[in-house]
Amino acid sequence: MFGKKRVAIVGAGVTLFRRNLKETGKELAYHAAKMALEQAGMELRDIKSVVLGSAPDAFDGVHMKGEYLADGAGAYHKPYMRVFVGGGTGVFAPLAGWWHVASGQFDTCLVVCEEKMSSCFPHPQYAFTTIFDPILERPIGMNLIWIFALEMHRYMHKHNIKKEDIALVSVKNKRNALDNPIAQLGANITVEDVLNSEIMAWPVQRLDVSPTSDGAAAVVLVSEDVAKEVTDNPVWIDGVGWCIDSTHWTNRDLYYPDYVEYAARMAYKMAGIKNPPKEIDVAEPYDPFDYKELHHMEGLLLCRKGEAPKLTREGVTQRDGDLPICPSGGLLGCGNPIAAAGLMKVCEIFWQLRGEAGKRQVPGDPRTGIAQAWGDLMQYGSVIVLRR
Amino acid sequence: MSVKIKHFPGEEIETRDFREGRVLFESFRPKARYAWSAGIAISRFLEELKNGRILASTCSKCGRIMVPPRIYCEKCFKPTDGWTYVKDTGVINTFSVSFIASDASRLKEPIVVAVIELDGASEGMGIVHLIDEYGDWRELKIGMRVQAVWKPPEERTGAITDIKYFKPVRE
Repeated sequence: MFGKKRVAIVGAGVTLFRRNLKETGKELAYHAAKMALEQAGMELRDIKSVVLGSAPDAFDGVHMKGEYLADGAGAYHKPYMRVFVGGGTGVFAPLAGWWHVASGQFDTCLVVCEEKMSSCFPHPQYAFTTIFDPILERPIGMNLIWIFALEMHRYMHKHNIKKEDIALVSVKNKRNALDNPIAQLGANITVEDVLNSEIMAWPVQRLDVSPTSDGAAAVVLVSEDVAKEVTDNPVWIDGVGWCIDSTHWTNRDLYYPDYVEYAARMAYKMAGIKNPPKEIDVAEPYDPFDYKELHHMEGLLLCRKGEAPKLTREGVTQRDGDLPICPSGGLLGCGNPIAAAGLMKVCEIFWQLRGEAGKRQVPGDPRTGIAQAWGDLMQYGSVIVLRR
Repeated sequence: MSVKIKHFPGEEIETRDFREGRVLFESFRPKARYAWSAGIAISRFLEELKNGRILASTCSKCGRIMVPPRIYCEKCFKPTDGWTYVKDTGVINTFSVSFIASDASRLKEPIVVAVIELDGASEGMGIVHLIDEYGDWRELKIGMRVQAVWKPPEERTGAITDIKYFKPVRE
């Protein structure tokens, strides 16, 4: 037993993911939080603590975004904190919620993630310029897409991976998203469509990348005692892990995310998982770019280094394959409202384990699932293991 | 996305709402300027760039020769022990050919950016910089040898841009 109390998820909520939504960030947070509470059969007065996750303030152009969003997240007159670890935020927020409850300090915790990227013009990518070192990197004209391209190219080089194999991830996830009612970019596309799409920063092309989006997601976490009162169908948080690597990103070999492996090992140890590919039934690794799904499958020890493209080619990662990966459609298909996208993955695993995923339901009565997010300067990994 | 949920909230704003002026814009350009401290290690590094030299720092415990230099070793969590120069030549560790600017607008001519592992630094120790004088970008390869192209001494300001870019070395 890790922590003083076992922690369950008893409700989840997600808004539509779209390029532009009319709702404000607060309104989106409210909708997701309300949906999660209703699913849990609970009300705000049952909630003892609130955790909010959201990415850089520069997207919204509103400073102190945590405070700005608090009312919508249901935090009025409650213990409240915002967490932020870049793109890793969406899975880190429920980890922070976990320690609120596991510590025994609170019986319940509402976890809400929100992102509104549409406010920033001409493009939210510009808001990322300030993540780079101001003395050594920004004078060169650094650009967010570059670091992904540098990492993707290194990964391809190290294992001699072809772009065709990476493109299969985009094809799969966009197709999976056709069955997702919240998805922004569900589509039937081909490998050729990906290979012929506009070059952004070689080897990254337009259809290798998830879109920018608005959206929110939420989950309700409760202690075991409360879970027994409110549901017959709890989903347990059996493993949590998180880890950061150095900001000296040009001093690391980008072909493999060690920090994701360390986060995964921490979570697996807690969950008693010794053979991840055998013991994990469904996974939602972070896929803001198609190669990232492969990179993360390897970091999560779901296969050997360099083996993820082969599993993808063989259909193992399809929804009806032996190891379904991103049955939700992932960020490539659903959209990428950063923190909300990570938490959406946790919601998807929750619904998959409860058998509520409808057309997206993976076969075989899944019992164990994981979600993972990734961020900052290619250096942060957050992992959660869920079981029913 | 549970089958028990029939309605997922969210009202979409469409492209034509922007085009037809139904979206409120408020522009804000802060007049903030920043005087970032370069720090103890990087100040020395920048001073040496003016002299056309690339400075690294060393850790006697893990044995690494580190560039960019630092005053503490993040692995051993102790002060670094010395300074040394590394060469202005090296190999391309990874690179990208960018057709977009940092605001996501299209570039007419691509920019090539790379992580360059410098000769004399520990294995895998690179810096990020631009590549130019490469001819056709399709000819560029990971593992290719490159050399720094410096600004003339009188134009150097003690900035990373004192190196204009790296260029492939034909061997």
